[in-house]
Amino acid sequence: MTRRVPILRQNGILIASIQEELSDGDILALQSRILSDVVSINAKAVVIDVSALDVLDSFGTRTLTEIASSVELRGARTIIVGIQPEVAMAMVLLGLDFRNIATAFDLDHAFDLLRAA
Amino acid sequence: MNSASIQTIRSDGDIVVARQTGRKIAEDVGFSRADQALIATAISELARNIVVYANSGEMEISPVETVSRSGVRVTAQDYGPGILDIKAALADGFSTGGSLGLGLPGTRRIVDEFDIQSVPGEGVTVTIVKWIGR
Ligand SMILES: Nc1ncnc2c1ncn2[C@@H]1O[C@H](COP(=O)(O)OP(=O)(O)O)[C@@H](O)[C@H]1O
Ligand SMILES: [Mg+2]
Repeated sequence: MTRRVPILRQNGILIASIQEELSDGDILALQSRILSDVVSINAKAVVIDVSALDVLDSFGTRTLTEIASSVELRGARTIIVGIQPEVAMAMVLLGLDFRNIATAFDLDHAFDLLRAA
Repeated sequence: MNSASIQTIRSDGDIVVARQTGRKIAEDVGFSRADQALIATAISELARNIVVYANSGEMEISPVETVSRSGVRVTAQDYGPGILDIKAALADGFSTGGSLGLGLPGTRRIVDEFDIQSVPGEGVTVTIVKWIGR
């Protein structure tokens, strides 16, 4: 069963809103779609809403980090939105972080960050 | 009382099902949301190791209860290549898979009991227990 994440486009910003738990394959599919969409619309930013995720383990964290690094090499920014507090705590204990990636608590906050930049 | 779940783990979809099952059992046992997330994360890491390094295996997730406390026990077992150097595999950042090397050491940090047995060539068995309120 594959789950396709909707990716909205708005004023040069891609907004990927994850709706449910994703398998590793689903996350890899999201990665390649985001990267090709960034190129095709010359996106200036990518916003990834992860608030529906109950788990962000080492695979998910690494793949999101890879997405952000590739997007940055294209000259665009990535903001990860809505990491649940329980998920954040589990990430810290596991030894994971999004050190060089902007995070925001909700979409409004993400757009504030993009405007301020 | 809740019953144990035994699942075959051989695809990335099985990893998702295993962690969802674990979360549900942890919730039924009475774990906080924070602990449910920890248990689901640990299960996700152990299940992925089975898929990546051994191709297939199984996972048993069960409630455990003593007179004084309740918890969840997870056993992840496979018959893959096994681990040559367990001490190295438990160190932060060690990976033969080109990944982050935090699955085993991270899991060990987030549970109360952690046991790993491996005979090279015969597979790996990891057993973890997390108790409520510790
Ligand atoms: N079930 C397994 N069978 C064989 N080797 C394993 C298994 N689980 C873990 N390992 C070994 O231990 C190493 C560390 O595992 P882990 O901490 O999960 O990090 P990662 O999976 O990112 O490499 C792996 O790279 C692999 O060499
Ligand atoms: Mg691993």
